[in-house]
Amino acid sequence: MTPSKKWGCMNIAELQKKLLAAARANPPGDRVPYAFEKRVTALLAARAATDPLTLWVRGLWRAAVSCVAIALLLGAWALFNPTASTNADDLSQNFENTLLASVDQTDQAQ
Amino acid sequence: MEQTEADLIAAVLRGNAASFEPLVQRYSPRVFATARRYARRESEVEDIAQEVWLKAFEKLKSFRSEAPFEHWLMRLTVRTCYDFLRGHQRNRELSFSDLTEPENDWLERFVVQPETASENAEAAKLLVGRILERLSPPARLVITLLEIEDRSVKEIAQLTGWSVPLVKVRAFRARAEMRKILANMAMDKYL
Repeated sequence: MTPSKKWGCMNIAELQKKLLAAARANPPGDRVPYAFEKRVTALLAARAATDPLTLWVRGLWRAAVSCVAIALLLGAWALFNPTASTNADDLSQNFENTLLASVDQTDQAQ
Repeated sequence: MEQTEADLIAAVLRGNAASFEPLVQRYSPRVFATARRYARRESEVEDIAQEVWLKAFEKLKSFRSEAPFEHWLMRLTVRTCYDFLRGHQRNRELSFSDLTEPENDWLERFVVQPETASENAEAAKLLVGRILERLSPPARLVITLLEIEDRSVKEIAQLTGWSVPLVKVRAFRARAEMRKILANMAMDKYL
C-alpha cells in the first residue's frame, strides 16, 4: 500500500477511540514515595516556625501597599474634585492678596 | 484505637498538626494516581502531591464536613493539576519524527489492520501519552476526566469549578483538538 493510500485508509476517529481505550486500559500507578507523609509534616512544621523577621517584613510590605493606595486615592481626589480645586484657587489667591496687600496700598496711594 | 477522619480533621483545626499525617498517609495514593495522569516525570508528580497537601492544610478550615473529605481533596488535586498544566505548556506540534519505532509500528499496524493494533500494547500507551501532552490544558483535563476516567459532565463541573455548559463546550473542542493533532501527525507520516 502506498503512503498516500494509507493516509486515505486512516480513520482518525477510530484511531482516537483506540488510543483513548489504550489510556483507559493503562491507569497510572498509585505508588507513594517512602515516608512522603513525614516530608509533608516536616514542611508544615517548618512553615509554622517561620522566623519573626519574615513576619515583620511581611507586615511592613502590607503597610507600604496600604500607604501607596491611600496616597493614590487622595491624589486622585485632589485632582478630580472640582470643589477642592476651587478652594485651593481661593486659598492661593487670598494668600497672594495678603502678601501683596502693602504693595497694592502703596500703588493706590501714588 | 484508630481515629476517625472527622476526629483527625478536628484535631488539626485545633492546632495539632501531627494529626494531619494519618490523613496524608491514607489519601496520598489517590493524589499520586491523579497527579501521574498529568505529569510524566516523577519529580513533577511529587511536587504536585506536595502542593496539594500544603494547600489542603491551609484550606482545611473551608472544608464542610457534610461531604466526604476525599471529594474535597480530589477537587483540590484536580485544580492543582490544572494549574500545573497551565504552568508547563509544552510544544503543541507532534511530528512523525518524534515517534519511536514501536509507536510507528503500532500506527502502521493500525492503518493496515486496525483490529490487530491492540490498545493494551505499550506503544499505544506511550503514543496516547504523547498526544495528550500536546493538548491545551483545558482540553487535556477534560479528555482525561471525561474519556479516560469516565466521569460524568456534572462530576467534572464539580471537580473543576466550571459550569456544566462550559464542560460540554470544552469537551467538544478537546475532541476536535485531539483529532487535529492525530490528523497532522498522520499527514506528516504519509503525505
